[in-house]
Amino acid sequence: MNYGSIRRFLGIVLRFEAAFLLLPAITGLVYRETAGLSYLAAAFLCVVVGTFLSFYRADRGPFYTKEGFAGVALSWIVLSMFGALPFVFCGDIPSYTDALFETISGFTTTGASILTDVGALSHASLFWRSFTHWVGGMGVIVFILAIMPLTGGYNMHLMRAESPGPSVGKLVPKIRETAMILYKIYFGITVIEIILLLLAGMPLFDSLCLTFGTAGTGGFAVRSSGFADYTVLQQAIITVFMILFGVNFNAYYFLLLGKTWEARKEAFRMSEVKGYLGIIAFCILTITWSIRGFYDNILLAFHHAAFQVGSIITTTGYATADFNLWPQYSRSLLVLIMFIGACAGSTGGGIKVSRILLLVKSVKQEVLHFIHPRAVSTIKLDGKSVDKETVRGVNVYLAAYALIFVVSLLIITMFDDQDLETVFTAVAATLNNIGPGLAAVGPMSNYYHLLPVTKYVLMFDMLAGRLELFPMLILFVPAIWKPGRNRKRR
Amino acid sequence: MRIIIVGGGKVGKALVRQLSREGHDIAVIDEKSRVITEITDNYDVLGLVGNGASYSVQKEAGVEDTDLLIAVTNADEVNLLCCLVAKKAGGCSTIARVRNPVYNSEIGFIKQELGLSLTVNPEYAAATEAARILRFPSAIKIDTFARGRAEILKFRIPEGSPLVNCTLMDISKRTGADVLVCAVQRGSHVEIPNGHFVLKAHDFISFLATPDNARAFFDGIRIKSHRVRDCMIVGGGTICYYLAQQLISNGIKVKIIEKDLDRCEELSVLLPDATIINGDATNQDVLLEEGIADYESFVSLTGIDEENVFLSLYARSLSDSKIITKIDRINFDDVIDSLNLGSIMHPKLITAEYILRYVRAKQNSIGSNVESLYSLIPDQVEALEFMIRKDSPVLGIPLSEIRVKDNVLIACITRGGRIIIPNGHSVIEPDDSVIVVTSHTGWQDIGDILKGE
Repeated sequence: MNYGSIRRFLGIVLRFEAAFLLLPAITGLVYRETAGLSYLAAAFLCVVVGTFLSFYRADRGPFYTKEGFAGVALSWIVLSMFGALPFVFCGDIPSYTDALFETISGFTTTGASILTDVGALSHASLFWRSFTHWVGGMGVIVFILAIMPLTGGYNMHLMRAESPGPSVGKLVPKIRETAMILYKIYFGITVIEIILLLLAGMPLFDSLCLTFGTAGTGGFAVRSSGFADYTVLQQAIITVFMILFGVNFNAYYFLLLGKTWEARKEAFRMSEVKGYLGIIAFCILTITWSIRGFYDNILLAFHHAAFQVGSIITTTGYATADFNLWPQYSRSLLVLIMFIGACAGSTGGGIKVSRILLLVKSVKQEVLHFIHPRAVSTIKLDGKSVDKETVRGVNVYLAAYALIFVVSLLIITMFDDQDLETVFTAVAATLNNIGPGLAAVGPMSNYYHLLPVTKYVLMFDMLAGRLELFPMLILFVPAIWKPGRNRKRR
Repeated sequence: MRIIIVGGGKVGKALVRQLSREGHDIAVIDEKSRVITEITDNYDVLGLVGNGASYSVQKEAGVEDTDLLIAVTNADEVNLLCCLVAKKAGGCSTIARVRNPVYNSEIGFIKQELGLSLTVNPEYAAATEAARILRFPSAIKIDTFARGRAEILKFRIPEGSPLVNCTLMDISKRTGADVLVCAVQRGSHVEIPNGHFVLKAHDFISFLATPDNARAFFDGIRIKSHRVRDCMIVGGGTICYYLAQQLISNGIKVKIIEKDLDRCEELSVLLPDATIINGDATNQDVLLEEGIADYESFVSLTGIDEENVFLSLYARSLSDSKIITKIDRINFDDVIDSLNLGSIMHPKLITAEYILRYVRAKQNSIGSNVESLYSLIPDQVEALEFMIRKDSPVLGIPLSEIRVKDNVLIACITRGGRIIIPNGHSVIEPDDSVIVVTSHTGWQDIGDILKGE
């Protein structure tokens, strides 16, 4: 592996993080909190270390797939390590392990929290927590690609490593413009949500933070009371936007930038979007029916069902109701859609609807093969045949996913004596970047009481889930750590 | 510009590489998904798997907003259909690679009726380049500028030449010819030299001169510069046919050695004035019997790169003849350069450069002022010919006072058909065409040579 170019890249990432850290510092200034200074200090540290990494023995040598994958995984780890510092500096989260958990949970848009009382945090820390969701949602590296004119063709390796979905394509020929378009759409919808929430009477700070959480499908709350303080209208706005951010952004691209009606209609023909909306509709309706007895009227039941389904399938993890207390059918269904997740090319996590569609189709193909052993068929998605590599990738993804799941489960139960429901849903909720699970890690509890070893396993799961497994797994292959010693300098 | 390239073979890839570096928006279409993956992994372009002649695939690639479609698949018919569809769907300019000699003979009609902007025949283009070199064998490579009034010639300094240990300032004195050295390649190091640069044996130098001065220069350093009298060609493929045709029409005697008897018979019908030998040229006896050592030039054009390299090295060991070696593979050119194979000819790159020249000329009409561009040393040094407009920032200033970037050489000014090799007092005027040699890439305007303020 080419350490020089990775070091240079990590330096760039850190200097971007310094810029991000200035925002909570400003928040601290507005609220006249001393915590703002901790953020300033962390930003300064990032600039120093980042500059050092970029200029000390850094080179622009070859950058292939392995460097791209390892570079992305390492930059997420480094981002989280530095992003956790201000929490410790200002004393909001004294333990570094906890602070790291919180930051990783933020950047990976998981929203699993170790905080017992969110309300006790400084505004600067609350803002930073939610802002990490926004940056992590579309991706830090995609952001860098949109802003920085990185030369060379290796950018695609970076983009592919960070963007979710079975096959990552571009909207327009240039990667920088693609990243720019994605961020413009992302920024636009974010602004619309903030405005709507303000119109619905939510305070500015809350609307900003909650919108960041919705946009990145993260899920950190800003008040100890969770969502109880907000009106039904405000909650409903969030419901709609959660579901919108789970849609494949290509659909918005077709919708907004399509020149003809024909081109715009393309957005509604995407089978992934249709499948996604179909699953949501089915879940909301059946859960409404199942919980109708818990609420005063069926409309309120529908409201809560919609909020929870939208929150879980997009892997946001906000909760207006303690679904831990709901009937078994609703709880099981919610756990199931944790795994399905949002669309590829959205900010959501999980296995992704398009992978599920491909899996269902390949199962169907396999069954048909038993009936007609000589039949030749290809799997099609949106009228285009999907090449075998992609289908194989999806199958391998599922296998790797199950493997990580089982290993995490085993390690945790080995050290930490929790009941199966807690551990199972904790792993599911972190690997799928959702946040709250069931039982002891349910929506009204938190992850504070878990052992450090459990927390580290869950941190790995969060990163693996956000980066779609392989960038994290590649770090465990010894061969990639081999430095090129005999290379001639040219 | 927005460009669609259909076909991701060697030519397609070379085009993608150069055009994406120049900042164009490129979509590549190929039927093989592996080809597309390889291209999109390495270059910042949009890749599409599918049949490039299909309307829906072209639409997906954005043909409606595209300025240019380049069809370089290996099938002529597909290329022509691609262009026809694109023309009807998007109204863009189109370039097709057409290599079948049958179509080539009626290319005027095809071009006119299908509304093609340009057609390229890779074999014909390669043959033309080889013929040009044989007409002027002292140089390895010749590029013409200003409609043939100026040439940039590449040449390797032999051992014991009067040029060895000569500074560039003294060249005119020693040779009595007015030439300007634009670039020197020594090993893998490339330099755009100043007057104090000292030449060594085995340096590759690229110099600019008028055709008369170039001849005088070679006479001055006692290198024969007359065209070759005879030529031995190994491998009787299409390039060989076109080359032999051009050489014979120039009065050069041609002998062709080809393995396949049927092909020999075809060639004997097509080229009645050439001597056709049926034999395996990898057999030394065949070459010796046909008098390889007595020929003034030797061209190896077999379909296998390794064979061509061997044949050329063998010819080099027997005589001082002019040697041209065809190499299809584009990589490893630094290794090949070190082998002393004479002129290396990459047919795919010649095709790509031919197309690039058109793309630049087209860009000329939408903002850029690059008239023509030649790559003197691939990926390292380019020569660009700019048209000077009336609002250009370099007008009226003596060259010695213009603050230009490093590694930039203003090599030649053409004014009203007259070639001026400039010095510090020369001034650029409107409607001049100026040749700039540089190691920078992607320039659009003469203003780009200036140092940023």
